[in-house]
Amino acid sequence: MIGSVLTPLLTPLHGILLIPAIAVVVLVFVPSYRIGAMLNMLAAGLTFMAGASLLFDPRYRTDILIVDDFNVYLVTLTTFVAFTTSIFSASYIGHEIEIGRLTPTFLRFYHALYQAMLGAMNVALIANNVGLLWVGVEVATLSTVMMVGIYRTPEAVEAAWKYFILGSVGIALAFFGTILVYLVAQDVLGEGLSAMAWDRMAQNAAKFDAKLLSLAFVFLLVGYGTKVGLAPFHAWLPDAHAEGPTPISAVLSGLLLNVALYALLRFKMILAANPETLNVGLVLIVLGLVSLVFAAFMLYRRRDIKRLFAYSSIEHMGIMTFAFGMGGPLANFAGLLHMTMHSLTKSAIFFAVGHIAQVKGTQRIADIRGLSVSHPVLAIGLAFGVIAIAGLPPFGVFTSEFMLVSSTFARQPLLAVVLVFGLIVAFGALVLRLQNVLFGEASGPAGEVKATYVPLFLHLALVLLAGLWLPEPVVRWFRAVAAQLG
Amino acid sequence: MHTIGFDIAHLLAGSMLVLSFVLLYQDRITAVLNVFALQAIALSLSVAWQAVFQDAPHLLVTAGVAFVVKGIIIPTALHRIVRRLGIHREIEQVLSAGPTMLTGLGLVALSILLVMPAGESVSVLVREDLAFALAVILLGLLMMITRRNAVTQIVGFMSLENGLVLAATGAKGMPLVVEFSVAFSILIAFIVFGVFVFRIRERFDTVDVSALDQFRGERGDRA
Repeated sequence: MIGSVLTPLLTPLHGILLIPAIAVVVLVFVPSYRIGAMLNMLAAGLTFMAGASLLFDPRYRTDILIVDDFNVYLVTLTTFVAFTTSIFSASYIGHEIEIGRLTPTFLRFYHALYQAMLGAMNVALIANNVGLLWVGVEVATLSTVMMVGIYRTPEAVEAAWKYFILGSVGIALAFFGTILVYLVAQDVLGEGLSAMAWDRMAQNAAKFDAKLLSLAFVFLLVGYGTKVGLAPFHAWLPDAHAEGPTPISAVLSGLLLNVALYALLRFKMILAANPETLNVGLVLIVLGLVSLVFAAFMLYRRRDIKRLFAYSSIEHMGIMTFAFGMGGPLANFAGLLHMTMHSLTKSAIFFAVGHIAQVKGTQRIADIRGLSVSHPVLAIGLAFGVIAIAGLPPFGVFTSEFMLVSSTFARQPLLAVVLVFGLIVAFGALVLRLQNVLFGEASGPAGEVKATYVPLFLHLALVLLAGLWLPEPVVRWFRAVAAQLG
Repeated sequence: MHTIGFDIAHLLAGSMLVLSFVLLYQDRITAVLNVFALQAIALSLSVAWQAVFQDAPHLLVTAGVAFVVKGIIIPTALHRIVRRLGIHREIEQVLSAGPTMLTGLGLVALSILLVMPAGESVSVLVREDLAFALAVILLGLLMMITRRNAVTQIVGFMSLENGLVLAATGAKGMPLVVEFSVAFSILIAFIVFGVFVFRIRERFDTVDVSALDQFRGERGDRA
């Protein structure tokens, strides 16, 4: 409410940072969880409006903040998914309160943390200062750590602890990498804030000390790579997805992983401007393929439905990392499109899975059967989500994967074989694991669902639309960003 | 070029590294906490020296915060927690002291090999400071891996953070980030105390993290 009064006075750029910040303070003091959930939706909605209106004026730079084609698209995507997830969260939370898994006191902090995470991701996305980028990723991580542990079961505490330890180690190494980058830059750009500005670094990278810059990237890669969930740094990811509340699984997979990958890509762009540094593309290709193939095989052994889709996120982050590693206009385009499609699809799947786990009272795949009989609407949502994420036409994920496979075949046929192999293995796993969930005799209680289907089907409709027809402005825009990525 | 200022910076950074090694082989939690407090004090002296040496008075704030928060408040608070839980003696290591120390030596060698040859553009002092800092960071990581106890893992993480602050202050004129890093070390300390220690205590009557490891990932298969 406070946000809506202030919005007209603010530029969109202030909006995406200030609305979540104000919401954090307000939400801590709202005792009723219903009003809290409403305010959470309102704040996320206003942030999305501010984020989307950035599109009309996507140019801004100071040494602290920057808005360009690349991050404005991610800001829009992030605020959009955060908004739809807040709608899903409201109906999800209502059920958790009813069955007593959560108490209203915890929910006050849950909503405040949700906004803190949204604000921190926005900070990370529009930061020009690489130190501020680090701060944004760190705050977003810490707030999700608290939310993952919110159920306070032994499993949730272990998951949060593991996430905290591995996430902190990752973030510490990323910070060391940031210091090294600054050291390299201050030699050319002089001491002070300007030597931490990403755009100045990218322009002057050719004059940087290549050895030290390469060393810095290794630390940044391990650090932010942990957040992206790339194998072998992924150990926290499945636990955090499975044990936290499902809305958090949706934003973790759909948004936080993207933000971390975005951070890596910014540094990749600095290194790309200096020909004597290590071959970042090759490193990303290897890590991407390892994550893809590893996660694809791990899918077969999952018995928990949220864990299954967590591994699927590792797989898809691997695909994107591979695409950006290949580079070039076509592969980058595919990578950007895949980033968008995966965010939308995976969060839609988690929306469906969240309600399914609630009506069936379990996350165990073997105990969820015959969904198409007992809850046909949820079954349709999940089925379309799985068809989309498995990369079948006519959904958008197919478009991006097809582009990536065909461009890779043209350039590096051997790599394309590995890529296709991973995709097929993952496809088989998803079909095998989810067949019984959807079909057969219904299991468990056939209770009614009090669910909002709007976010679920809105996301799926967007993914379907992108698969059938990408509007011209979007294509032009992806092309521009792909060219910027090099 | 080997001025007295250079030597003092070396001495202080070196003492932090030595204290990291001392942390590795302690077998009582109280001793771990005392050594950590000493390391934090060494850090604050080192940062204060950098403030004088680089003529950057704002670093004195960082030094003061490190001294008060990490040198006094956090160790005192952890001492109280440990006494109240009655765990001041127990400590479980995955690796025994010998192999741990050898691995530690290897990590120091690794950090020297990584940092020293890279970057002729940066002065020798900065590079040696970075090598020290990286060694402290890696030893902190090693401590987190080789200890099974939640309190010692936290100490390992804070020791790692000491290394980060050392690196950040060694980098000439690095803006803002020192303040950020101090703010975050305080924040993290609060989160750790507030959430994890008490929750873990509440659930398991122990702060031994291995008690958490019964759960191996597949919900519903434990019964």
